[in-house]
Amino acid sequence: MTGEPHLSWNLVADVRHLLAFPFMQNAMLAGTIVAILAAVIGWFMVLRGQSFTGHTMSIVGFPGAAGAIWLGLSAATGYFAFCIAAALILAAVPRSGRARREESSVIGVLQAFALALGLLFVSLFKGFLGGVNALLFGSFLGITNSQVVTLLVLAVAAIAILALIGRPLVFASVDADVAGARRVPTRLLSTIFLLLLAVTTAEVSQLTGALLVFALLVMPAAAAQRLTVNPQRSLILAVVIGILVTWLGLGVAYFSAYPIGFYVTTFGFAAYVLAAAWEAARAWRGRRAHPQHALPVTP
Amino acid sequence: MNPFTGIGHMLAEPFIAHALLAGTFVALAAGLVGFFVVLRRQVFAGDALSHVAFTGAVAALAVGVDLRVGLFVACVGFAVALAALGRGGTTGRADDVVIGSSFAWILGLGVLFLTLYTTSRSAGGDGKAGVSVLFGSIFGLSASQAYVAAGIGLGVAVVVLAIARPLLFASVDETVAAARGVPVRLLATGFLVLLGVTAAEATQAVGSLLLLGLLAAPAGAAIRLTDRPFRALALSAGFAVASIWLGLALAYAAPSLPPSFAIMAVATAIFVAAYAVSARSAVNRLPVRV
Repeated sequence: MTGEPHLSWNLVADVRHLLAFPFMQNAMLAGTIVAILAAVIGWFMVLRGQSFTGHTMSIVGFPGAAGAIWLGLSAATGYFAFCIAAALILAAVPRSGRARREESSVIGVLQAFALALGLLFVSLFKGFLGGVNALLFGSFLGITNSQVVTLLVLAVAAIAILALIGRPLVFASVDADVAGARRVPTRLLSTIFLLLLAVTTAEVSQLTGALLVFALLVMPAAAAQRLTVNPQRSLILAVVIGILVTWLGLGVAYFSAYPIGFYVTTFGFAAYVLAAAWEAARAWRGRRAHPQHALPVTP
Repeated sequence: MNPFTGIGHMLAEPFIAHALLAGTFVALAAGLVGFFVVLRRQVFAGDALSHVAFTGAVAALAVGVDLRVGLFVACVGFAVALAALGRGGTTGRADDVVIGSSFAWILGLGVLFLTLYTTSRSAGGDGKAGVSVLFGSIFGLSASQAYVAAGIGLGVAVVVLAIARPLLFASVDETVAAARGVPVRLLATGFLVLLGVTAAEATQAVGSLLLLGLLAAPAGAAIRLTDRPFRALALSAGFAVASIWLGLALAYAAPSLPPSFAIMAVATAIFVAAYAVSARSAVNRLPVRV
């Protein structure tokens, strides 16, 4: 690279500069696919109240990768093996009624034990310590062409499956009891969704690290679901917010000395705070315009 | 080799004595607090706090103040914010998203501080600072650090026991408790602050990321084994302390095992055993003809 990149006031020139290098083209391409996939999966995750599961899933890949490297296997094998195993363990735990309390302790133990295993593998495989930060916090850079293709295939497959099961999954997520009574196979849907979440985080965290996967899963969906209650509209909004946040993060990080993880999470959180403020303002205006409708909403 | 002389050798090492002292009381606090964390379905809040602790510690390193200042400011601050933003009481779906979005951002800040710290002192240190904050260094505690940790752990344990009865009431049935004049909102806030203090202190002993295990595993096992709340509370504290003791002994006996891993492995084994035992007794309790 010739010298440090500088940001000028000419945005077109900046973007051209940004896309001049193949590694940045791949980062932008992969980032876009990741943003779409994570926003769609994350939209269901937020709807189902499974943020904790998603976060655990994004961390479970770390010991998988560390263990695979220690054994001399490819990191990808470790990511997929551990994430899918975690999904199957969580699928075996019932999550309705009283059992929800137990579910959260199972997730917590799973995550903590996974991290402890990661620490063990890292300390057994000495000289890997610098890799820990990369595994956890990621970079988005150094993505090859074949990685982009793999990611694209996986994203298309995952979104196709979600499109097939989307309607009953929304029903089962919003009211599992009623859906169960109407013979929607809630247990099966929940397992399929967990597996999709596992495969997505396993693939994406190889490129971005655990932190960014979770941020891209939860933030766009959380912001979108604050802006509208209409499911289709909020799903599309989540994808748009996810793409914007990723592009902005990649672009700004390119011209800056600080890590992309900081920028993407900051833009994502800003989107969420703005959405929450907009929702609050709308609720306040609504109460002033129609005071007779200002009944307290029971949680 | 005689096992008793082995234990004698182990206890004669000052770093083991410090680790045991700090670990015992941190575990006592984590076990007691963890019981209510699981009961109130706030394990995700514990997860978030353990990451916030990371950011606080790295921020303190980057700015150049004492690590503990960063830990306590970040954890207690986040706990107060959570109490103010959340709907209080047991974690609902809305809290889930608030916690997720905000701690992902705070972790992003942590990455920024880590970069600032590692680039500011380009020579030594580098990535290791972040790793040791994440995974703790219980064998590296000095005598004064161990006494402070034990004191704070004991303090948290005493406060939890003092408010255990109303907190239990508010955790099991918030509405009825509020109707009976229990200050549920105050208890919810106070409890989150206690959780924050525990997170900040435990981060030094077992690392920010393994704190979650000490909160969730002993309490989850205890709740699985008994329906009686105070028995479960005591069991949870006992399991947590046992995890630390056995884990430290394991790590001392097998030096290739990191102590944080050994502690977490024991805690997980207890959790899995509790699941197996309760699953079997549930089968035995089934009516004869099903």
